[in-house]
Amino acid sequence: MTKYKTEPLKCWPKAKELRDKYYKDYATAHERGGIRWTGGAWSFDAIPYGLGDDVYPLTGEPYAASIAFNREFSLECLEATEAKGWARDLCSYMRNYWGSMYLNKFNFGGPYPRPTFAFQDHICCSHAKWYQVVSDYEKIPYFNIDVSVGPYHTVKDQPHKIQYIVDQMHQSIEFLEKVTGREYNDDKLIEAVKNDCRSTSTWAEICAMNKNIPAPLEEKTMYSLYVFGTLSKAKKEFADFYEELRDEVQDRVDRGIAAIEDERCRLMSDTQPPWGFLKVFRYLEGFGAISVGSLYTFGLIGAWEDKPDGSWGARTTPMQKGQAINTRDEALYTLAEWTLARPEWQHFYNPNLKTEMMLRIAKEWKLDGVMLHMNRGCEGLSCGIMENRLGLVEAGLPVMTFEGNMGDEREFDVGRTMARIDAFMETLELQPLTTA
Amino acid sequence: MITVGIDAGAKNIKITFLKDGEVIATGISPSGFDQNAASEALMNETLAKVGLTHSDVDVICSTGAGRKVVPGAKHVLTEVSAMARGSLFLRPDVRTVIDVGAEEGRAIRCNEAGKVEDFAVNEKCAAGSGAFTEAMARALEVSLEELGKLSLTSSASVPMNAQCAVFAESEVISLLHASTPKQDIAKAIHDAIASRIMSMCRRVGINPAIMLVGGVARNVGFVQSLRTAMEEEVFVPDNPEFVGSLGAALIAADREVETATA
Repeated sequence: MTKYKTEPLKCWPKAKELRDKYYKDYATAHERGGIRWTGGAWSFDAIPYGLGDDVYPLTGEPYAASIAFNREFSLECLEATEAKGWARDLCSYMRNYWGSMYLNKFNFGGPYPRPTFAFQDHICCSHAKWYQVVSDYEKIPYFNIDVSVGPYHTVKDQPHKIQYIVDQMHQSIEFLEKVTGREYNDDKLIEAVKNDCRSTSTWAEICAMNKNIPAPLEEKTMYSLYVFGTLSKAKKEFADFYEELRDEVQDRVDRGIAAIEDERCRLMSDTQPPWGFLKVFRYLEGFGAISVGSLYTFGLIGAWEDKPDGSWGARTTPMQKGQAINTRDEALYTLAEWTLARPEWQHFYNPNLKTEMMLRIAKEWKLDGVMLHMNRGCEGLSCGIMENRLGLVEAGLPVMTFEGNMGDEREFDVGRTMARIDAFMETLELQPLTTA
Repeated sequence: MITVGIDAGAKNIKITFLKDGEVIATGISPSGFDQNAASEALMNETLAKVGLTHSDVDVICSTGAGRKVVPGAKHVLTEVSAMARGSLFLRPDVRTVIDVGAEEGRAIRCNEAGKVEDFAVNEKCAAGSGAFTEAMARALEVSLEELGKLSLTSSASVPMNAQCAVFAESEVISLLHASTPKQDIAKAIHDAIASRIMSMCRRVGINPAIMLVGGVARNVGFVQSLRTAMEEEVFVPDNPEFVGSLGAALIAADREVETATA
């Protein structure tokens, strides 16, 4: 007899279809006279939408994660990048992406679709250099926006810091007009900014529902859903999909539908998972343990705020506040301010900010423990992780660490990781369900 | 009640027979390539040694790297739980257990009730394990036993900076070429391992009493280096390599009692 009822997500096939369409649309954009561009999931992707409805991005991290999941092709890509002389300890997303470009092979079939331009922000050094290399190799123009203005709590009352980013955004529009020869449409920009706010706030709303016991979603599934925010936060179809998903997850909560039928231990993870080995999350389920999310899954895309009752919840959008966005300048200012507040942007400046948010998640999502992925593939998100561990342990949380790499399977030892999980489960006094 | 703990380690399999809380037999044999067959052979050999048969054994509990392939094991435990249980049985005031085996080193922090509160294990690196000392002994062309004893005759402090067993071997060769006395190099090797183990211990927190278990605890040079690094007494039981199998046998007995009284 299982503890809770569970059932598949009804909108799962639609999620799959939308993701497939995203990559297909990108690959075939030129056939329809459209524009292809590449950049990171952290980029201000609302801005290129002002060029028209036929503009298609290829964001590097989710694309590289999809390569990493395809382990055979990933190895081919990594080796192709190494053969060009790049070091093996660089960002593994970047190395997978570059490998696909060097091999001229697209993970979804056919040759690597050459973008028209690259558009990125300097959230971390790897991200800035990543598209510089793409720009040099593919001989395409590249625009990068510097966002190093400090964590949000030091910025929100200093408009000149936000304005520094907005000024670069204005320049980026001049760049886009120049390299595409198209006239920029501010109404499309405004619509895209609203979609960005809508999708990121709705994703946070979905994640907040995992505070419920039993959790309606588990993290392995969430990886396939949060991805839309990394593919294109400002895309109307994705913002609409998140609203549909939110309604379905709310329905699961109302009916007590669980993500796993024997939830008895709630965990969170940290940073990108080893994409080729997501079975780690299924292994947990054998103990009745569920990863209900992480700062990474919640906060890379999700927009959050403090609610009046002190809890963490979805950020109220400018539209919900009745705030008008009528001009290019208002749209860009809204976009910059909204983006800088997202949780995962904060700890690039100080690991303590990350620890505070993790402790908040641990408390509000009622966690029993934490699994930290010491991810050799991403310096940006792994930096300070041992300080985070210390902060969590000092707060009394059981913490397990495991070493790996989100995008390079050669740096992940699946057997040892499972053994580590076994030991962690024992310390949490959990026996495998099958032998209990 | 007779319970058996089998610690199927990376290099050796250790077995402990426990009868009503008393150790009645132990055995050890190389793990080889087939841990399943090696475990079975060791079990039969130890049964014969104490004049018992399989039917006399109430329950088997396995631990160690090969724990999942041990035949007949009703309970399967990780080394963390087994080492903690065995150590606290031998010395109830132990709060920090350091286990250094052939392939892995680990630090375990326990509370008064014997519950594991935190643990750390070396990652994909041999630098904090027995494999490291074996490689270094080969580089110095001495036996493992000699390596430990040599180390005790040195009072020099020669830094070894390499964080990797492969590079450390190169460093040992460089020290030899620089005419550094062998005993000083031996001490440098043990100091380096102790430093890595200390790093793991600091991660989980060091609370006395501290017990060192696992096969590397037989290395007197490493024990000395660890004691110096810890600035605390480090207790080494008489048979440190059997603490895991002892813990497994004890937990098997605990669970049988729990089941019987449930």
